[in-house]
Amino acid sequence: MSDTTTGTSANAPKKRSLFQQLEVDTRLLGMIGAFLLICIAFSIFTDGRFLSARNIFNLTIQTVSVAIMATGMVFIIVTRHIDLSVGAILAVCSATMGMVQAQWLPQALGFGSFWIAPLTIIAGLVVGTLIGVFNGWLVGYQGIPAFIVTLGGLLVWRNVAWYITGGQTIGPLDPTFLIFGGAEGTMGVTWSWIIGIAACLAAVYALWSARRSKLAHEFPVKPVWAEVALGVIFCAAILGFVWILNAYLIPEGRLERVFEARGEVMPEGYVEGHGLPISVLILILVAVVMTLVARKTRLGRYIFATGGNPDAAELSGINTKMLTVKVFAIMGFLCGLSAVVASARLTFHTNDIGTLDELRVIAAAVIGGTALSGGIGTIYGAILGALIMQSLQSGMGMVGVDAPLQNIVVGAVLVFAVLIDILYRKRWGGK
Amino acid sequence: MAAVDRSGTPLVELKNIRISFGGVHAVDDVSVDLYPGEVHGLLGHNGAGKSTLIKCLSGAYKQDSGDVFVNGERATINNPRDARGYNIETIYQTLALADNLDAASNLFLGRELTTGLGLVNDAKMEAETRRIMHRLNPNFKKFKDPVSALSGGQRQSVAIARAVYFNARILIMDEPTAALGPQETQMVADLIQELKKDGLGIFLIDHDVHAVKQLCDRASVMKNGELVGTVDVDQVSEDDLLAMIILGKKPEHLAA
Ligand SMILES: Nc1ncnc2c1ncn2[C@@H]1O[C@H](COP(=O)(O)OP(=O)(O)O)[C@@H](O)[C@H]1O
Ligand SMILES: [Mg+2]
Repeated sequence: MSDTTTGTSANAPKKRSLFQQLEVDTRLLGMIGAFLLICIAFSIFTDGRFLSARNIFNLTIQTVSVAIMATGMVFIIVTRHIDLSVGAILAVCSATMGMVQAQWLPQALGFGSFWIAPLTIIAGLVVGTLIGVFNGWLVGYQGIPAFIVTLGGLLVWRNVAWYITGGQTIGPLDPTFLIFGGAEGTMGVTWSWIIGIAACLAAVYALWSARRSKLAHEFPVKPVWAEVALGVIFCAAILGFVWILNAYLIPEGRLERVFEARGEVMPEGYVEGHGLPISVLILILVAVVMTLVARKTRLGRYIFATGGNPDAAELSGINTKMLTVKVFAIMGFLCGLSAVVASARLTFHTNDIGTLDELRVIAAAVIGGTALSGGIGTIYGAILGALIMQSLQSGMGMVGVDAPLQNIVVGAVLVFAVLIDILYRKRWGGK
Repeated sequence: MAAVDRSGTPLVELKNIRISFGGVHAVDDVSVDLYPGEVHGLLGHNGAGKSTLIKCLSGAYKQDSGDVFVNGERATINNPRDARGYNIETIYQTLALADNLDAASNLFLGRELTTGLGLVNDAKMEAETRRIMHRLNPNFKKFKDPVSALSGGQRQSVAIARAVYFNARILIMDEPTAALGPQETQMVADLIQELKKDGLGIFLIDHDVHAVKQLCDRASVMKNGELVGTVDVDQVSEDDLLAMIILGKKPEHLAA
């Protein structure tokens, strides 16, 4: 099943190349190649600053919000819909959470209550999910095209957000809530290594159990060296990433304040790395869960089947109306989650939070290989797409490209990526 | 061909089925029935209403009026899930496959096998698909590819496997050989004989009068949404059937 969602394996040439023996998705390799190219190019133009631990750290936390929503947009686009309202839903969730944590709950529970952050987050997720359910109901049961429902929603929800806060910027936000923003909330060096090693073990276990299950049914398996090579590549990538994030040191001034707060004096020459941001951990969790849903659950199977052929799905007994509601509900939930990360990163709620995010999110999904004709798309592709977009944007910022030109480049890249995709699919078959 | 015993209760009865689409009477007061071990052919020009009629049985459409009886009892079929509940399986003219998924995912679509954790069990489903394909079409090898990469005949075998795998009692085949070569057509004919022996009832929609004469026990002819008549294929010639299709009248010697 692993290849069917990407449609890459059709009409493969007879001679088995190295990549075919590894059975990795060539389209994924293309994206990774493009990403590396961008990194190297900007690194040259910035004398290596682009690939400094600090910039990689920042790039990662800047990507999270759009990447979380992009995973949901994959399901939306795969089922042949679109959601233009994600930025506006994010704004409503952010506005709600801003009011809940800065005004309503402190009045009820008192300032600094432990319950403020969790209740705030729950409120944001519930609001996002409900808006998603409503969108899905309009699209699925009322038959209004998703383009129209969410285009209307873009205007409606952004201005509902305005009314929730009375147009004001809300802050400062709850200190516990802020740890979901990125730089303020990191796991520290030791825990980051522990998580990294656990991730490696999980990756190796996944490879091993997939192989065992194939052997149990006497299906062909790839050569052992290929499995080992894949395992080594995965582990190297995971541990390398952790190593870089750990190498980005927390500024001395902030460390001193931490020690002061504990009533201690910071030892001479003491340093501490940031490690994994909690927001990135959330993204990883979302990626794993969404990938599991896509590949290993009935819901995911029905999402792809409906995208591939809605009539066939309906005739197979799939309730495609309800499926539409579920897909939009997931999207709404993820908008709520992104709102947590985005507002915590800004440290306050503003009226224009999430503006133009719908375009970034759709672009990320599409650059990541999600086909607007439906039925095809991957979660990792969308996340990589978000990362590519963010790298381009921040790289150009670092090099000093004018803002208008930055937008021109990003827009052109989107169109170009889709062109490449069309040519690629013509050449290698699939849909 | 052994005569079908039609003394008991019919497996399926469609009674006075009517359905129209925006003023067009696609099916107009049609009644047909089907007995265990019987192959009942449906003939008629394009647009005669054959597919629409059987879609009322398969749950794809809901008739405007008329009743469906399964084993003598009135059946409520509002959607394809209901039809499956009555062990009615359908091979649609359009095949109704999700092109982006592989054979196993299509075969089990809507009825996935799951692991203890409730996750889809792809390995098990592929193994089952290999097993049934080995019986239906031993040449089938493309288990990993999306079905868009398959030939017409291979796609057809996936659609047939899906209908046969789940122990159908009532099988609907809407022009199953339309996209097939002679060899594959023969394969479908053999399969129909085999399923008939197992006691299934089969509605077979086909353009080919010759094939209907060979495979079916009875044939019903439709024209402009109306039933022209139902005949025992042993009592009519191919020319009689053609005349029914074209003229919309029962042959003289059978007309009541
Ligand atoms: N979903 C639909 N909407 C509108 N008209 C339809 C629909 N389905 C079938 N029809 C019409 O009903 C008539 C019968 O079609 P059909 O049952 O497909 O014929 P057959 O299968 O005998 O070739 C045709 O005139 C067709 O255009
Ligand atoms: Mg037809």
